[in-house]
Amino acid sequence: MSIDYLEIQGLRVEFDGFVAVDGVDLTVMQGDLRFLIGPNGAGKTTLIDAITGLVPATGSAYYGTHNLLRRKSHEIARLGVCRTFQTAQVFEELSVLQNLDMAAGSGRKARTLLRRRRSVPDIVQEALETIALTDHADQGAGSLAHGQKQWLEIGMLLVQNAQVLLLDEPVAGMSAQEREDTGQLLRRIGQERTVIVVEHDMDFMRSFANSVTVLHAGKVLSEGTVAQVQADPQVQAVYLGHAGTEPVHVTDGADRSETVNKGRP
Amino acid sequence: MNILTERPNAGASRWAGAIPASVFVVLALALLVGAPQVLSSFRLSLLARFCCYAMVALGIGLAWGRGGMLTLGQGLFFGLGAYLMAMHLKLADAGQGQVPDFMLLYGDGKVPGWWEPFRSPILTLVAIPLVPGLVALILGLAVFKRRVKGAYFTILSQALAAAFAIFLVGQQTTTGGTNGLNGFRSFFGYALNDPVNKATLYYIAAATLLVMIAGMWFLYRSRYNELLIAVRDGEERVRFLGYDPANVKVFAYVVAAVLAGIGGALFVPIAGIISPADVGVLPSIGFLIGVAIGGRHTLLGPVLGTIGVAAAQNTLSESFPSFWTYFQGALFIVVVAFLPGGLAQLTGTLRRRRPASTASAAAHNPTPARESTG
Amino acid sequence: MSGVAGQLFAGLSLGSILLLAALGLSLTFGQMGVINMAHGEFVMAGAFTAYVVQQVISDAGVSLLLSIPLGFVVGGLLGVLLEATLIRRMYHRPMDTLLVTFGVSLILQQVARDVFGAPSVAVAAPAWLSGSLRLGTVELPVGRLFILGLAAVCVAALAVCMRYTVLGRRLRATVQNRDLAETLGISTRRSDRTTFFIGSGLAGVAGVALTLVGSTSPTLGTGYIVDAFLVVVAGGIGQIKGTVLAAFGLGLLQATLEYSTTASIAKVLVFIAVVAFLQVRPNGIYAVRSRSLA
Repeated sequence: MSIDYLEIQGLRVEFDGFVAVDGVDLTVMQGDLRFLIGPNGAGKTTLIDAITGLVPATGSAYYGTHNLLRRKSHEIARLGVCRTFQTAQVFEELSVLQNLDMAAGSGRKARTLLRRRRSVPDIVQEALETIALTDHADQGAGSLAHGQKQWLEIGMLLVQNAQVLLLDEPVAGMSAQEREDTGQLLRRIGQERTVIVVEHDMDFMRSFANSVTVLHAGKVLSEGTVAQVQADPQVQAVYLGHAGTEPVHVTDGADRSETVNKGRP
Repeated sequence: MNILTERPNAGASRWAGAIPASVFVVLALALLVGAPQVLSSFRLSLLARFCCYAMVALGIGLAWGRGGMLTLGQGLFFGLGAYLMAMHLKLADAGQGQVPDFMLLYGDGKVPGWWEPFRSPILTLVAIPLVPGLVALILGLAVFKRRVKGAYFTILSQALAAAFAIFLVGQQTTTGGTNGLNGFRSFFGYALNDPVNKATLYYIAAATLLVMIAGMWFLYRSRYNELLIAVRDGEERVRFLGYDPANVKVFAYVVAAVLAGIGGALFVPIAGIISPADVGVLPSIGFLIGVAIGGRHTLLGPVLGTIGVAAAQNTLSESFPSFWTYFQGALFIVVVAFLPGGLAQLTGTLRRRRPASTASAAAHNPTPARESTG
Repeated sequence: MSGVAGQLFAGLSLGSILLLAALGLSLTFGQMGVINMAHGEFVMAGAFTAYVVQQVISDAGVSLLLSIPLGFVVGGLLGVLLEATLIRRMYHRPMDTLLVTFGVSLILQQVARDVFGAPSVAVAAPAWLSGSLRLGTVELPVGRLFILGLAAVCVAALAVCMRYTVLGRRLRATVQNRDLAETLGISTRRSDRTTFFIGSGLAGVAGVALTLVGSTSPTLGTGYIVDAFLVVVAGGIGQIKGTVLAAFGLGLLQATLEYSTTASIAKVLVFIAVVAFLQVRPNGIYAVRSRSLA
C-alpha cells in the first residue's frame, strides 16, 4: 500500500467577509490519529467542509497528487477522503444493510445498480461485524440507538474504503462505554489510514489521540502530542482551562476570547 | 445471512420492495380479460384513455414518490409524445406528399420542414420515447447539476408546462393552435372508426401499461431504488458517499418523461384529439391527484388511483360539473393534508399496526400520530 | 428612440404588475417557504372586491380608492383563514402544501364561477386614469403609471414595515430562527399569521390593480401565478430587493422579446432565460448563504 498523506497549505475559507479558516497548514500522515480541537467557532468543522468540497476555499489540500479543493464532493469521496457529520446522518428509511451496501457501491456500474442485490458483499459483512450491527442488519436505520447510528456512519466510511477519515464529533452524546469502544475502533482502523477527529470531549482526546492540532479563530494555535499541547501556555489561555482537568487559571480569558472571536467586542 | 438478501422489503423500508406477483396477475387479468367482457366499447375506450394517464402516473410515482421530485410539468412530456404521434397521423391521413387539412385551412398550404420526418412511421415510433427523454435529460442536467431542487424545481417544471401550452396556442398554422390536432382517420393503416380496431387500441394501451408496471417492479427491487430514496431523504449525504445525486435524479426524471411520452402517443388515436388544454398547467397538476390518492410510494397506487379518479371524474363531471370541481379540490386537500400516504396508507395501517411513515414527513418529522388516525 | 422608450415603458409596466403579484409571494413563499398555489385566487378575490365595491358605489374614482384597502383586507383574511385551517398543520411538508393549496385554488375558482358567473366582468376605470401622459414622443397611459406607482408604494410600505417596526422585527426573527424567537417571547404562530395576512393582502391589492388593465374572471389568477413564482425564484428567496429586480427584469425581457417575436415565443424564451440564469446563480439574484447541510 502506498503511503499517502493529507497535506493542507494556506487553506482559507471566507463567508461573506467573515474569515472562518485563515491560512491553515496541516499535514497528517497515514497511521496517525489526529485530533482537531478548539473553541466554538475556531473553524474545525469548516476545515473539514472545505476539504470535502462542501464550502469553497482557497489554498491547497493535497491527498497524494490530487488537490481536493478543485474537486466536487462526490469525486473527493471516490478518492477515499470521506467524512461523517456532527449529527449522525444515515438514511433512516433504509435498513442498516442497505445503508452500508450503498456506501460500498459508488463505483458500481449502472447495470449493477439496476439489479437486485443478490448477496451481501464481503466488505459490508465485515463492516457489520466491526461495528457490531450484524444482528441489526435488517433493521431500519431510523430505529437504531443514537450511538449505533454514529457507528453505522463509521461503518459506511469503512465500506467506502476511505483512506482519509474525517470524523466530526463521533462520540457526542455517547455513554462512557460507547466512547471507549469507539476509541478502540478508531485506533484499530487508524493503523493503516489517516484519521482526523474533531472533538470537544477532552477526556476522549487524552485517551486516544496520537497527535493534536489546536485551532483558534481560524488559525493553527498549537500542534503536537497531547502532553505538548496541554503544556502550551497559549492553548491554556484560550481553551484547555475551559473543559480540561488541568489546573484552571484562565476561565475568564477563554470566555472573553470566544466573544472577541465572534466579532462582538 | 441469506435471509437478509431474500427479503428486499425488510424492516422500515418495506415499501422499498415490491408488490406480490399475485396482485400483478390479478390486475393483468382484470385489464386484459375482465374489462373487455364487462365494459361496452364506449367504456372500454374510456378505460384505454385512463390507461394512458396511468402511464404518466407511474412515472410520477417514481420521480415524486421515490425521488422526491414533485414535477408539475409532466404535461410537457405527455404532450410531446402526443403531438409527435398526432403529426404522424395527420400526415399519414393526408397521404404521400400531401398536406394535412388544417394547414390548408389556416396556413399557407405547405408542410413545415420539421414536420416532414414524421411521415415515416418508424421514425415517429423512435421519436416518441426519444424526444421526451432527451428533453428531460437536458432539462434534468441543467437543473439538478446546479442543485436546483425542492420548490425551485417544482416551480420550474410548472412554468415549463405553462410555456409549452402557450407556445402551442401561438402556433395556429403548424400545431393547430387552441384546437390542437384532431380528426384522425387511421392508425398505421387501420381505420379508427372500426370497432375492432378500437378494441385493439385498448389492448395495446392496457398491455403497454402492464409492461411498464412490470419494468417498474424490477426497478423498485433494484439497488437504484435504494439510492433514489437515499437521494430523496439526504441528497447532500449521498454526495459524500461518492455518488453524484444529479445523475440519480436525472435517470428517474428521464424514465418518468419517457413513460409520459408513450402515454401521450397512445392517447392520441384513442381520444382522437390532442390540444394545449391536455398538456398545460391544469392537466399537469391533475396527473398528481391520482398518484397522491393511490399512494405515491407504492408501485400500483398511482396506477389504480389515476384510473379511479379519471373514472370518477368522467361519471361525476358529466352530470354535476360544478360539483366535480369542488370534489376534486376537496380531494387534493383531504388526501394530501390528512392521508399523505394515499389509500395505500390505509391498507398498510390495517396490515401492520405501525403506520407507514411517509416520505416528506419522515425526513423532518417521523410518523406523526395524527396521520394514523386521519 | 421612441420605439425603445415605448418598449422600456411596456416592460416597466409589465414588471410592476408582476411585482404586485409576486410581492406577497416573496413573503409567504420567500420568507416562510410556503408554496401557496391559491395566491392567484387571492389576486382574483381582490379583483372581484373591486367589482363588488363598484356595484355599490358607482363613482369609479371613489370605488377604486376604497377597493385598494378593502382588497387588501379581503385577500389578507382569506390568507389567514387558509393559514389557520390548513397550512399551519403542514409547515414541515412544503411540497404537500403546494398540492393542498392547489385544491383550495380549484374550490375558490369554482366559488367565483358560481357567484359571479364564468364570463368575465369589467370594472370601470375612473376618468382621471383613462387618458395618457405625453413624454416626448411616447404615450404613457395614466392607468399603467398608476399601477407602477401603486407597486412602488407597496414595496416601500413593506420594506419600511419589515425593517423599522416592531412587527417587522418579530416577523424577521421568526423566519430566521423560530426556536430562538419563541424563547424570546415572540408568538411564532401570530408572526406566521401576520406574515400570511400581509402577503395575501398584497395579492388582493394586485387584483384591484389588475382590474385597470383587463377584465375580471374566475381564472384571472391562474394567468399570473406561474409568472409570479418564477419572479420569486429568480429573485432569490427571502429578499424583497431580489423580487423587485427580478420582476422588472422579467417584465423588460418579456416586453422586448414580444416586440421582436410573438407573445407565445417570448414566454418560452423568458422561461429558458430563467433556467439559464439559475445555472449561473442557482439561488437567485440574492442568495442567503449558510453553512448548514440543507
